[in-house]
Amino acid sequence: MSSFSAFEIIGPPMVGPSSSHTAGACRIGWAARAILGEEPVKANVFLHGSFAATGVGHGTHEALTAGLLGWAPDDERLKSAPHIAEEQNFIIKFSEIDLGPQAHPNSARVQILGAKATSLLTAASIGGGSIRIIELDDFPVEISGRLETLLLWHRDTSGFLARVTAILGSMELNVASIRTSRKERGEEALTTIEIDETFPPEVVALLRRMPAISRLNILPILPGT
Amino acid sequence: MSSQFRTAVALLALCEENQTSIAELTIRAEVEAGNLPREEVMAKMLTYYQGMKASVFRGLEITERSRSGLSGGDSRRMMAHSQSAVVSVLGPVFERSIAYALAVLETNAAFGRIVATPTAGSAGICPACLLTWQEERQADDSQVSEALFTAAGVGKIIGYGACFSGAQGGCQAEIGSACAMAAAAICELDGGTPAQALNAAALALQNTLGLICDPIGGYVEAPCMMRNGLFGIHAFGAAAVSLSGIHSIVPFDEVVGALREVGHKMPRMYKETSEGGLATTPTGLRFKPERPKFATGIELPKKP
Repeated sequence: MSSFSAFEIIGPPMVGPSSSHTAGACRIGWAARAILGEEPVKANVFLHGSFAATGVGHGTHEALTAGLLGWAPDDERLKSAPHIAEEQNFIIKFSEIDLGPQAHPNSARVQILGAKATSLLTAASIGGGSIRIIELDDFPVEISGRLETLLLWHRDTSGFLARVTAILGSMELNVASIRTSRKERGEEALTTIEIDETFPPEVVALLRRMPAISRLNILPILPGT
Repeated sequence: MSSQFRTAVALLALCEENQTSIAELTIRAEVEAGNLPREEVMAKMLTYYQGMKASVFRGLEITERSRSGLSGGDSRRMMAHSQSAVVSVLGPVFERSIAYALAVLETNAAFGRIVATPTAGSAGICPACLLTWQEERQADDSQVSEALFTAAGVGKIIGYGACFSGAQGGCQAEIGSACAMAAAAICELDGGTPAQALNAAALALQNTLGLICDPIGGYVEAPCMMRNGLFGIHAFGAAAVSLSGIHSIVPFDEVVGALREVGHKMPRMYKETSEGGLATTPTGLRFKPERPKFATGIELPKKP
């Protein structure tokens, strides 16, 4: 498992009442919006386990909505998030889901829709406000949001990773983690790359020229990290 | 040389090798692993400590009841008692410490800004202990905020060996962790060695084992608030016992192992589901909110 920062133990600064059910939930919403990469118009949120059972008392719905609006966990407007979303005609629907006994008790699946793209992610709020995204568009992933994460939706072709890492290496970027999963050989794949720095625009421009890449996005470091 | 550690044994070895405190070792580990230079790491923790204090002072001003009606005004009540002629044998200092911890949780319940330490539901213990210590010892913010790295070091060990979330490990994972962190911080601030600080953490944590997470109505108010108020005193006690030279029979790493085991075996009804314990007593049930009016008929998109 990945390492802890002192600021995951002390922190984040946040609006109450629960680090897992409020701050973590807010970050899950925030990550979903960032991954979509455009103005969202609609979201369907599915709550599992303790999120579904005690979400009301913990402000989980308000927090997820605040995150989907792009607000940080310490934004004191949190309580008013559902009202603001409604004002913006951003339709957010909540329902319950059973993700099975193996799923973390504080899990949510979020489908978020923009004018152009749609994203579907499953994330767990693992305690103290930290989250892990474990599934994205049906690909297994492991994203903590503690580092900047590059997301590449691409075709599974030979030499793909070598080309990508060569581009990163040419800019002397230090890769902290890299993970690829694919559906079938030669079919759709998703690669996630965490680096210690921020991705310079030149790298993004070079990557965009790769024909195998159908979509590219950067998930910034989660707010309050 | 690496300053990274995942266990108390490893942390202690590094502290002894480098002749440093737990706080200093944890700072070095943070600087090594992260992107922030030392000054910024220190400044960030100072901001966090000041944020904690702000959440205490804000809570002490709260007079109205919370949305659920479960809390509100208790920290003021406790504070007033600590300053009155009828103060208990606990004395004004510890009575005030209880008030501080309650204040953070009142701020939290009022959707105010707090610093999760390690979680929001247990965010009162470290600020209460450290602020009380600061006032008694007349220390400045930077000295006290440095002790938050002692707390963080201990917290990291719990994070690796067990967990912090009430949903996964029960209240022992939240309040127990906060107690262990505060006890170690206070112990080190009062001149305890790294071994004594970890011993204080072991003593604090082992006496919270089995604590269930049974929030009434699912709100982070009762019993959460009083758990913070009263367990802050427990953390001070553990630090004092350790400084006296008394050893915990079971070392910290093994207590963390026990925390994980108990958390794992604890029934789901006692892990932040509000399906047992105080939450389902006749009185507790009166505060149960209506299940949200969830939209129905939403289908997940078919797998492509």
